[in-house]
Amino acid sequence: MIYDIRLSISHRYAHPAGNGRHLVRVLPRMFHDRHRVTAQLVEVLPEPTQRQDRIDFFGNQVTSITHVQPHDAMTIRMACRVEMAPVKPCWDVSPAVETLRHQVAGIRDLAPTSPVHFLGPSYRLSPTPEITQFARDNSSPQDTVAQNVIRLGSALHSTMTFDPDATTVDTDPAEAFQQRRGVCQDLSHIMILALQSLGIPAGYVSGYLRTLPPEGGVRLAGVDAMHAWVQAWCGHSHGWIEYDPTNATLVGTDHIVVGYGRDYSDVSPVIGHLRSSGDQVNTQSVDVACVD
Amino acid sequence: MLEAYARVAGNRDEMLGADGLVKPAWEPFIDHVSNLPPDGLADRFARGDQYLRDAGVLYRQYDEAVSSEREWPLSHIPVILDEDEWQEISAGLIERADLLEEVVRDLYGNNDLVASGQLPATLLSQNPAWLRPMVGVRPAADNFLNFLSFEIGRGPDGRWWVISDLVEAPSSVGFALENRVAMGKVFPNYFANTNVHRLAGFFQTFQKILFDMRGGSEGAIALMSPGPMNQDYAQHAYIARYLGMLLVEGEDLIVQDGRAMVRTVAGPEPLSLLWNRVPGILCDPLELDPDSLLGTPGLLDALRRQSLKTVNAIGSGVLETRALMAFLPKVARARLGRDLRMPNIATWWCGHEAERDHVIANRDTMMIGSAFSTVPLMASPDGTALPSEIDGSDADRITGLLQNSGRELVGQEAVTLSTTPTFENGAFVARPMCVRIFLGRSSTGWQVMPGGYARVSAGNDAQAFAMQRGGKVADVWVVSNRPVPKPSLLATDAATAMRRSSRTALPSRAADNLFWLGRYVERAELNMRLFRAYFARVSDGASHDTALLAYLRTRLMDDVEPTVSAIAERFGAPLNHALHSATKIGDRLSPDGMMALRGLVTMQRALEGRQLSTLEIPREISVLLRQVTGFAGLVHENMYRSNGWRFLSLGMSLERAALMSRLLAQLTAPEAPDGALDLALEIGDSVVTHRSRFSILADRTSVLDLLALDDQNPRAIRYHISRARRHISQLPGDAEGHALTQVARMVLTLETRLATEEASSFLPDVLMQVERDIWELSDALTVAHLV
Repeated sequence: MIYDIRLSISHRYAHPAGNGRHLVRVLPRMFHDRHRVTAQLVEVLPEPTQRQDRIDFFGNQVTSITHVQPHDAMTIRMACRVEMAPVKPCWDVSPAVETLRHQVAGIRDLAPTSPVHFLGPSYRLSPTPEITQFARDNSSPQDTVAQNVIRLGSALHSTMTFDPDATTVDTDPAEAFQQRRGVCQDLSHIMILALQSLGIPAGYVSGYLRTLPPEGGVRLAGVDAMHAWVQAWCGHSHGWIEYDPTNATLVGTDHIVVGYGRDYSDVSPVIGHLRSSGDQVNTQSVDVACVD
Repeated sequence: MLEAYARVAGNRDEMLGADGLVKPAWEPFIDHVSNLPPDGLADRFARGDQYLRDAGVLYRQYDEAVSSEREWPLSHIPVILDEDEWQEISAGLIERADLLEEVVRDLYGNNDLVASGQLPATLLSQNPAWLRPMVGVRPAADNFLNFLSFEIGRGPDGRWWVISDLVEAPSSVGFALENRVAMGKVFPNYFANTNVHRLAGFFQTFQKILFDMRGGSEGAIALMSPGPMNQDYAQHAYIARYLGMLLVEGEDLIVQDGRAMVRTVAGPEPLSLLWNRVPGILCDPLELDPDSLLGTPGLLDALRRQSLKTVNAIGSGVLETRALMAFLPKVARARLGRDLRMPNIATWWCGHEAERDHVIANRDTMMIGSAFSTVPLMASPDGTALPSEIDGSDADRITGLLQNSGRELVGQEAVTLSTTPTFENGAFVARPMCVRIFLGRSSTGWQVMPGGYARVSAGNDAQAFAMQRGGKVADVWVVSNRPVPKPSLLATDAATAMRRSSRTALPSRAADNLFWLGRYVERAELNMRLFRAYFARVSDGASHDTALLAYLRTRLMDDVEPTVSAIAERFGAPLNHALHSATKIGDRLSPDGMMALRGLVTMQRALEGRQLSTLEIPREISVLLRQVTGFAGLVHENMYRSNGWRFLSLGMSLERAALMSRLLAQLTAPEAPDGALDLALEIGDSVVTHRSRFSILADRTSVLDLLALDDQNPRAIRYHISRARRHISQLPGDAEGHALTQVARMVLTLETRLATEEASSFLPDVLMQVERDIWELSDALTVAHLV
């Protein structure tokens, strides 16, 4: 399967803003076994004064751009082609949750993929009693970690109503959970908190989602902007699995990974700082076309 | 005196030995104090306090969201340490400093300590002070650590223990220096003939260290402070001034092309070395805490490219993690093959079962707190639990917490600390104390400042060390039995070079504050004059409804209520704003200037508190006016003619000229009531001049001649526009060609108009246009130099 992905993000400022500095995380990650990026381009208008590409702590591609001259709008465009590898079948070899906790306690590794980074709390995520209770109600110590992840994710999916108007990018997950409404970001944050409360390392994944379903399939939610889902660590033998609570599904070839982090703040597509006053209007559009 | 003290001192006291006798190192001092007239002590102490007040040494106190400035709580009795003991302490701390360097290098490098199981991985992965973006970044300076401080205390066995490692948090080295100067005022005849080690030598060395670190680059050396709202701002300003460094805040810096620059009135200038006093996590809102308002976006980019050296490396604050103390002794044994010379206080990380059980079992002798917090347990006003403060239900709660969130908690032994004398209510009392010591790295290794300062508890409670809780601060004297070196006060080459390189740059933000300081002071002055003129008429019997007074209120006082307090607020508010601007540029205004300003605000607040009869007002306000004039005099007679002075003076001139234009537009208007012209002369302080120059009754033309167009009258619009034009011609501008900058063009146009037109043509709408032109000039100046 090959996808052509296009993204456009625009910021409009009420007053011209100078000395802008932004970090952009919109390019898909490189994997050797999952998806391969065969062509990629990030274009910024107006032309940045400086631009630099690098890899951040978690291994995500970051483009850093600065604009010295005042400007009243900025557009970031990304285009890329990604080849997906077929999903390999895998058996559940994850341990029970209690065993997992012992495995975590023995970890002596601080590499970016180490589960110790994903135990919480993080900048956006602090434990809340309601979500902890929800996790307790929807998990079972006898089951494997992977079974618990799926069970919790689908329970969350049935509990929450997808509602783009109920929350904003800054909404606290506890608040979204109270309303039982939100978008992929909220569902992912809540699920991470729930998993962490059980002692299961969990992180935030940002990326793209196939726009049109394969023949006979269902169009998925969250395709008009960048998407988010969850990764959970299921022990040394099983490793990381990814689950999309917005669509109540394990992640397969419909999801293209951009960034891994502890929460949204580690992977936000654009984070910036500029000297300006007044409001700012942001728009985003995404298109993921299947080429073959 | 001492008998009474001996009874209160515990069995471990700094002044008294186990035998109850004064220790030899203290003897000369005790003799000196005993021979002073007993009632003279209070006067001496007051002299020290006065010095600290005058020098602006204050600390900020936080009570529920509001912060206020308090006097620096100097304990006037030093803590005296024998030189031999000092050597021991120094050796122990140097060893620890080297260990910390190795540890931090590993935490941001290979992570061998975690891989080998010497440190738990979660101690870093869950630690907000371990900055992921800095992992793998080698500091441009050779070392991560170049300036450290430690807090140490003496336990019941007489040994010294490290209580906390201070890498980036308040290490207050400036206060150590201030304490010493203040003690010189308290005991003026003591130091010359005794062997108390001086501090100046250490600072000269440190200055040289910074200068050498900068190496061949020409960029500025700056100290980055969190700003005036931080409790240590006064000492940041002080130490920057003392060492000749530029004082900056995050918004003064900008990163261009991977290079950190200081935004100055002359444009961005390169920065080579930053002595950082902002917590690491707040240094760059783009890559670290996104809510930080204290940092500089892109700063980490400059660090990654090794174009900026920092003292210490950003991220080394992770060394302050409390739980690290549980593992350092073992790490040290593995490296040195023996125990550390000076141990740190016993610490148990509750993430391991055995340690957790130990803490639960010994809860009664432990302090329990956050494993990650970088605030030492004994300084922390909350978030920790002392055994004495825990009652039954708390105990259960804490046990529960330990069992569920052990990884996030530590237990630390509650050490009983030695006592030292402090003077309270006319007698010596013994209070627990701990000592803060400073180390700087030179080319030949760590240098230890021979002195430091002690924090003395407010009561017998070890937790009351925080100054926020009323604790005091004492100077620490290291006493030798041989004569001590007396460092020359002459500037070293490094000092001279440092000053030359750093003091010339004027950050835009500092210039902006100076500019507004000038504007606010003038605004206050004019409103005082209006206030005096208004109430002079009221006390002569005029009612608030008389035509002239009503006209004044509607046209020049924004329809203020006719009450003393409402009208007084019109100068009270700008005075407070002026003080606020001044506190933001603590390092650029002379102590005299600051004092004059503080004096003014104090006086104005005192006036506010009193019920003034209308008869008293003119006299009282005249005193206040003389003070303002005094401040203006200081500015023009005492300040060095730097760009900073130019912006201050520009602010004063533009404000005065603009307000005079507004005043004249209203008071020379055809509809102005009788007496308006005399009032203009009175407010313009030009009654006498008018009489001598015109010797006739005031008319429109004569008033405008004198207050608008005169180039010799320091109250006239033209006088100040001319002065502004001269200042502007001296400001850094486009060096290309002879074309005037936009600001220069604007001020010249305005000056020419004032010089060439007749008084009769200055009708009210023309004057109002002049006022608008001045504000536009001010805006253009701001855009060109101050943002």
